[in-house]
Amino acid sequence: MSISEQDVIDFIYAEANLLDEHKFEDWLELFADDGVYWMPLEFGQTEEHLTTSLMYEDKLLLTVRVERLKGERTFSQRPKSRCHHILQRPQILNPQILKKGKEIKTKTAFHYTESRLDEQFFLVGWAEHILRPTGDGLQIVRKQVNLINPESAHRNIQLFV
Amino acid sequence: MSEVDIKALVKPGASEVHRDVFLSQSVFEQEMKTVFRRTWVYVGHDSQVPKKGDFTTTTIGTQPVIMVRHSDNTIQVLLNRCPHKGVQLVNDPSGSTGRFFRCPYHAWSFKTDGSPLGIPFKKGYEDTGFDKSCAKKGMCNLKNVKNYRGFVFVRLSEEGESFEEFFSGSLSSIDNMIDRSPEGRLEIVGAPLRYLHHCNWKMLVDNQTDTCHPMIAHESSAGTVKKIWEAAAGEDTSKPMSKPMPKPMVVELVLPFMSSYETFEKMGIRTWDHGHGHTGVSWSIHSEYSDVEGYFISMVEAYGGERAEEIIAETRHNTCYFPNMMVKGAIQTLRLFKPIAADKTIVESWIFKLVGAPDTFLKRTAMYNRIINAPTSIVGHDDLEMYERAQEGLKVDANPWVNMQRHYRADELGGERVHPGTSEVQMRNHYVSWAKYMSAGDEV
Ligand code: FES
Ligand SMILES: [Fe+2]
Repeated sequence: MSISEQDVIDFIYAEANLLDEHKFEDWLELFADDGVYWMPLEFGQTEEHLTTSLMYEDKLLLTVRVERLKGERTFSQRPKSRCHHILQRPQILNPQILKKGKEIKTKTAFHYTESRLDEQFFLVGWAEHILRPTGDGLQIVRKQVNLINPESAHRNIQLFV
Repeated sequence: MSEVDIKALVKPGASEVHRDVFLSQSVFEQEMKTVFRRTWVYVGHDSQVPKKGDFTTTTIGTQPVIMVRHSDNTIQVLLNRCPHKGVQLVNDPSGSTGRFFRCPYHAWSFKTDGSPLGIPFKKGYEDTGFDKSCAKKGMCNLKNVKNYRGFVFVRLSEEGESFEEFFSGSLSSIDNMIDRSPEGRLEIVGAPLRYLHHCNWKMLVDNQTDTCHPMIAHESSAGTVKKIWEAAAGEDTSKPMSKPMPKPMVVELVLPFMSSYETFEKMGIRTWDHGHGHTGVSWSIHSEYSDVEGYFISMVEAYGGERAEEIIAETRHNTCYFPNMMVKGAIQTLRLFKPIAADKTIVESWIFKLVGAPDTFLKRTAMYNRIINAPTSIVGHDDLEMYERAQEGLKVDANPWVNMQRHYRADELGGERVHPGTSEVQMRNHYVSWAKYMSAGDEV
């Protein structure tokens, strides 16, 4: 199956949209079984395992998060948080491989807002996706979220950037 | 500012403490002048400043300080304030200053022990009385600094207990963390997680030895891990030919949070004088981590079989060091509860590498830190919600008391003691010392 540049861009916009509409289970489906969501703790961090990250979540952990958000006794979600993404047009970093069915790398700048009760905060940065073309369309192999201020003293970040 | 009446805030034995301990900004300001001056406060680990001129910045209470490695290789702690007009000499969390500090405002310079080096166009100070000023002496160098096996502590006050007297037996928890390295050495790895809480710093300290909350407050996080894991593992064993699914590291780290009251009760709490204490005397949530290949052999080579086993078997849970530090030897993490205001605290969570041990330890430690201590951690979300609801709930006038009576006995404290694991005794121990340091003496 050949994937066009527009397919890739549409996929990334749709991903953010699922989060903003709180369709977390559908969002989870976008991840490959070996998919990972990574948010480094230090600006420019390349080490994944041997230093602290803000998040490094395989599908098991992402499933736990999504399940938890629904829980009756998830007190930090009573009332619930809301989130919103503004994305810049995604860039495909390796456009030459689009026709070859290999993994596609993209970079997408975002402004993310999360709010709950009287608090609202903004996170800014860019996401790097690695997407795998399959018979059923694209899957997320890796989503790396780079904040411009990962080392700041943050409040609860409860949803997904 | 009028002196706070401590006796009105802490009942005998600290079985109850008044809400003003958490809510009052004047109590907070008095803490900064007493508790954080009269005790030995952790400022950093010497692995953060390996070379001469390397520094890190931190705070003692709310006062900014610099920890720096001086030209004679000693660790010096300086108040981070230019003696001229108060500008902070350095602002980075860490870095190297070379052989001296140079103030960015008017270029006064100082050696790395704080002593004055130069003032530009100095003749303007002739016949001005400058010689007698405090400014002339350079940056303030703190005298009471102790580097205990790499852990650096400072007592701001000139008077007070010696380092050894203040910590007594509690140093055994730091010792155990260090001894877990076959080389007896730790290194800080990476930047700390920093997590802003809108609550009093002592609520976080209390929570470190609160063993009646994990199975309740963390039902949403740890309980969900348990549920999802059991479903996945259950599915797997239903296939007759399949091997039991190996427990992923993260499941091994999180499941013990859901242990029963009885389990926590049995694990015990140990207290020492001056407000220190730890949970997990005979067992803890860190006791059943898988073995790491090659580690035990290297420990036996380093310490001999008997001692190696003793070190590894000591799996204490949380050790609270009065006033605001917590150490987990068995998973090599250190947390600092940094006071910002009565209702504002920044929690820093640091990790250590066991020098000479397999990387699996560091991987586990880093995983634990992000899963449990991060502002993105679902476990952290559970806890923060409780602290901040308490900070708000305490505004109710009808009952001004926070209750800490679980397993209370009037004669429970003094020296080294072991108590039932669900006792609130370490919280009481904290406030008994807190009251003492808040009111002792008149020096500030
Ligand atoms: S304030 Fe530092 S030199 Fe003037
Ligand atoms: Fe907790």
